[in-house]
Amino acid sequence: MIRFDNVSKSYPGSDGGLREISLHIPPGEMVFLTGHSGAGKSTLLKLVGLLERSSRGQLWVNKHNLSRLKPAEIPLLRRQVGMIFQDHRLLADRTVFDNVALPLVVAGLGRQEIRRRTQAALDKVGLLKKARVLPVTLSGGEQQRVGIARAVVSKPPVVLADEPTGNLDPELSREIMQLFQEFNQVGVTLLIASHDLALVETMQKRILTLEQGRLLRDSHNSESA
Amino acid sequence: MKARKRQQGFNNGFRPAIWLGRHGQALFSSLGRLWRRPLGSFMTLLVLGIAIALPLGLHLLVNNLQQLAAQWDSGASISVFLKESAGEKAAKTLLNALQAKENIREVRHISPQQAMEEFRQYSDFASALELLDDNPLPHVLLVYPRDAKISAQDLQDFLRELENRPEVELALADLQWVERFQGITRILQRAALVLALLLSLAVLLIIGNTIRLEIQGRRDEIGIIKLVGGSDAFIRRPFLYEGFWYGLFGSLIAIALIFVSALALQDPVSHLAALYQSNFRLSGLAMTTVFSVIGISILLGILGAWIAVRQHLGEMELD
Repeated sequence: MIRFDNVSKSYPGSDGGLREISLHIPPGEMVFLTGHSGAGKSTLLKLVGLLERSSRGQLWVNKHNLSRLKPAEIPLLRRQVGMIFQDHRLLADRTVFDNVALPLVVAGLGRQEIRRRTQAALDKVGLLKKARVLPVTLSGGEQQRVGIARAVVSKPPVVLADEPTGNLDPELSREIMQLFQEFNQVGVTLLIASHDLALVETMQKRILTLEQGRLLRDSHNSESA
Repeated sequence: MKARKRQQGFNNGFRPAIWLGRHGQALFSSLGRLWRRPLGSFMTLLVLGIAIALPLGLHLLVNNLQQLAAQWDSGASISVFLKESAGEKAAKTLLNALQAKENIREVRHISPQQAMEEFRQYSDFASALELLDDNPLPHVLLVYPRDAKISAQDLQDFLRELENRPEVELALADLQWVERFQGITRILQRAALVLALLLSLAVLLIIGNTIRLEIQGRRDEIGIIKLVGGSDAFIRRPFLYEGFWYGLFGSLIAIALIFVSALALQDPVSHLAALYQSNFRLSGLAMTTVFSVIGISILLGILGAWIAVRQHLGEMELD
C-alpha cells in the first residue's frame, strides 16, 4: 500500500529531512512511527500525503508512483489518504458537520450521500449530537475526534496521523487509539506518528523508529529476522 | 495504457448533475460572503459603479450631442433672402429654377406671411408685431444641397452664384459651426473610448485586489481544502463567482447612477432646448448598451478574480 524505495528528502540549509528510507507497508497494516522530535516523522507523513515531494527515490502510495503524478492528479491522490494532525486543522467558522463533510463536498458527492456519510462518521467518533456546533466550543479530545471523522469520512484506504494524541491525557489517548484499531479492523491502512513510546508499545503493532532522518529500527523486520 | 488505468483508479469522470450542483453552490455561497460583510462589499461596489459610470456617462453625452447634430444636419441648408421688391411670382420662378438644378435636393419656399406667423409663434414679439402696418419680411427660399457634406469651397461658390441673381438680396449658410460641433463630438467620442479602456483596467485591478485580500483572509481554509483533496478548480470557483457578482452589481450600480443623473438633467435640458425652439429631449441608454456594459463588467470581474487566484494558488504551497 505504501512503499518507500531509497527515498530522501533534504531541506536547503538544514540537517533535517529523510535519508534513504526504504520500507513497505502492506494493505490493512497498522504501523506506528516513533522517534525524537526532528527525527523525520512528520516529513515522512508529509511525503505520503503529498504535502511535500521527495528529493530522491521512489515512493508508491496505493499503486501510484508519487514522483510521476501530474499536478492535476495530486488532489485526487490526497482523497485516498486521510490525514490527522496534532493541531486538528479544523475550520473555525464552520460547524462540526461542515468540517467533517468537507472531503465529500470537495469530491463532489450528492447532498444525500454527504449527509448520510458525515452522520455515520460523526456517530463513529461519538459526536453526532455536536454536529451543529462550532469546533471552538469543543474540548481538545473532541476536536481531535472531529479531525479523525474528517479523515475517515470518505473511506480512504490510507489514514495518516501526526501525533494524534500529543495534547491529550492518557485516558483520551487510549480512546483515540481504540478508534484507530477499529478502523484497522475494517481494512484501513494506518500510519501513526507518535513519540509516546509507552502507549505505542501497548498496541502491539509494527513500530518504525526514525533517528536523524534514517530508519533505525523496524520491529517487523527484527521479528522476522 | 498505464495512464488510462490511473485515470480509472482516480474515478474522475464528469457528472453533469454534480457539476451543476457545485456551480450553483459556489454561485450562492459567494453571494452570501458578499452579504456577510455588507459595508466593505458596498464600498467596493460603489467604487466599481463610479468607475464604470464615468465612461458610460461620457458615452451617453456624446450620443446625445450626435443626435443634436443630426437634427441640425437638416440645417445644413442655405437661406436665400429675396429683395423686398421681389414678389410672390419672382419667388416661385426662382424656386422652380433652383429645383431643376442637379446639385439641389430640395427647395422650400417661406412666404412673408408664413415667416410672420412663425415669428409670432416662437418669439415674444407678438404684441409688437401687431403694431406693424405691413409685413416687412421678405420671401425666403430654403435650399438643401443634394450633397449634405458639401465642401466649404463649393458652398462658397454656390452662395456667390445665388447672390449674383438680381432678385436675391442675401444667401447665408450656417454650416461651419455644425462642422466644428461635429469635430468636438468626435473628440469626446474618442475620449470616452480612452476613458473606457483606462477604467476597464481600473475595474480589473479593483476586483483583482479585492479578491486577493479575500484569498489572504482565507489562507487557512484554502490550505485545509487542499489537504482533503480539493482541486485547484474547486478552490478557484467561489472566487471566480465573487468576481462575477462584483462585475454584475458594479455595472448595475453604474447604470443606476447614469439613470439618476440623466433624470436630474432632463428638466434643465428640456428647458434649454425650449429656449432654442427645439423639442430635443435627453435620450437614455440603449438596451444594447446596457446589456453590453453588464456583460463586459462581468467578464472583467471574472478575469480580475482569475488573475488574483492564479497568482495565489501558484504561491501557496502546503506546509
